[in-house]
Amino acid sequence: MQNSTLLHLRTFLSSMFVRYRIIIIVLITLFAVYNICIYSTKESSTFIKLSSQAVSGQQLWQENNCWSCHQVYGLGGYLGPDLTNVISHPSKGSQYVKAFLNSGIKSMPKFNFSEEEKNAIVSYLKHIDSTGYYPNYNAVFKPTGWVELKYKYNDRNEK
Amino acid sequence: MIEMKNKTPLLFIIAALLALLLGVFFGLFASLQYIIPDFLKEYIPFHKMRPFHVTTVISWIILCVTGSIYFFITHIEKFALYSKKLLKTHFVVFIITAIGIYVSLLSGKMEGREYLSYTPILTIPILFGWILFGVNYYKTIAKNVKNWPVYYWMWATGIVFMIYHLCEAHFWLIPGFRERFITDMAVQWKSYGSFVGSWNMLVYGTAIYLMSKIKRDSNLAHGKMVFFFYFLGLTNLMFGWAHHTYIIPMQPWIRYVAYGVSMTEWIVLGHIIYSWIKSLSIKDKQEYCMVYRFLKAADFWVFINIILALLFSIPAINFFTHGTHITVAHSMGTTIGINTTILMASVFFIVQKILPSFKTTTLFIKRSYYLFNIMLFLFFCTLLYAGVIKSNWMYFTKDIHFSEMQDSLFTTYIAFFVFGLGLAISITTLSLTLFKALFKVLKSN
Repeated sequence: MQNSTLLHLRTFLSSMFVRYRIIIIVLITLFAVYNICIYSTKESSTFIKLSSQAVSGQQLWQENNCWSCHQVYGLGGYLGPDLTNVISHPSKGSQYVKAFLNSGIKSMPKFNFSEEEKNAIVSYLKHIDSTGYYPNYNAVFKPTGWVELKYKYNDRNEK
Repeated sequence: MIEMKNKTPLLFIIAALLALLLGVFFGLFASLQYIIPDFLKEYIPFHKMRPFHVTTVISWIILCVTGSIYFFITHIEKFALYSKKLLKTHFVVFIITAIGIYVSLLSGKMEGREYLSYTPILTIPILFGWILFGVNYYKTIAKNVKNWPVYYWMWATGIVFMIYHLCEAHFWLIPGFRERFITDMAVQWKSYGSFVGSWNMLVYGTAIYLMSKIKRDSNLAHGKMVFFFYFLGLTNLMFGWAHHTYIIPMQPWIRYVAYGVSMTEWIVLGHIIYSWIKSLSIKDKQEYCMVYRFLKAADFWVFINIILALLFSIPAINFFTHGTHITVAHSMGTTIGINTTILMASVFFIVQKILPSFKTTTLFIKRSYYLFNIMLFLFFCTLLYAGVIKSNWMYFTKDIHFSEMQDSLFTTYIAFFVFGLGLAISITTLSLTLFKALFKVLKSN
């Protein structure tokens, strides 16, 4: 059994893998390095970790499928508005979010969140808000088609 | 009718067609809430219907492509499968997990995230099923084939990357990881982008397999050019995901890499299909009429999506299209226009092989085929239009509430529902026809 497996493996390696071994090795190496960089890269020098309350809020966000209708950074559903900067919005904020959670509106059903749960969701949204802007109205367009985003932590550092 | 000793591949395909019908039904139901927001919202609100739709439609793609691959290697290539027990276990594991997923969704245990919203523990049997598939596939092919054609590479790649990205999509379960919100979000969408890239490897491999079989030309899957495109597609799978996340404040180098490699995948398949159609004889086209038609439709959708994808892989355009229905148009164009048409071609091919008396050129099937493509095109255009309106609202209007913008799209959403209904009717008629044929074979012998 072991011999036959080894034979198959040898046949396999000696045919296609050998033909394209350089490309395969290069791609796998790049992929490994790339993934390690992605997983370990800090998004900024002053990045903020979610607090335990915000993690609870994130859990509630997932358990109740808030992403089905709402977006964060334009990713999620399309039935409700994007909530990336709902907390810092001049005419919205924490109380506005809390009011909607248990009253519902149009296709949004009424939820029965406790005060603690509402605070957790608001805390999660506050953390999201502190990470950046969406829509990124002050982004700079380059002639190459590139877009330089306006980063919130840069604004904080400038202040 | 050919004699089939092992009918498990057909069970995969029957389960896939059932998932397609259910997925379409869930999608239609969910879309009703865009035009009647209060419709049964306390019982089946949108946020509960959408996971049903998404999970079921993904199941259609996965089950159909898996069943097709098993069928091709055992019944067309006539290789002795490494283990029939593993095949049966794989099927049973997937079906039991599917039941588990529905129980999870019905009971409201949806701790997961978009695309994989069911309770995360169920990912373990899914991974187990993929490992069984991988072992059975590799052992069978390595024993029987020395010089692998490109589709065997694509299927192997799809299986390996599916396992990797399924794991990656659950990194958020690591407490320290989920606390880093931006990295967590970027990795979530990285895994989803590559997860789609993995099933695309499986589906596109199926498309190339069908072409080489119809044309009876094995060179189609062996040439240097085909392998060049395969590696280009693989590069895209590995590094091209980040155009989905241009707008997230990640490190700019991640976005630069994505800009460099993004969206060559469509060119890959477009080139191969285009070369194939040009060289196909009239006899081949007639013999596999519906298979040819569906692959031709896939070709059309590839080109439509190439244009759209190439446009929004440019950050300056992506800036305005991101977060709008234009992204949905693209995902519908690819999952229905490309994946579903290729898989329909695959099922028609299988049915023609196992039941030669089955007539695929009836007026009913042809009409369903045309209805499918026309409705999909209109559905696609409606989403593009809704996306333009939303983008205009986001960037060029002030003091207009989200709900006002949504209200202004009311007529568009009605059109979206009507075209969706047309699409559902055509998919239902095609699926039921294929169901009938598959059941006939299943009951026989």
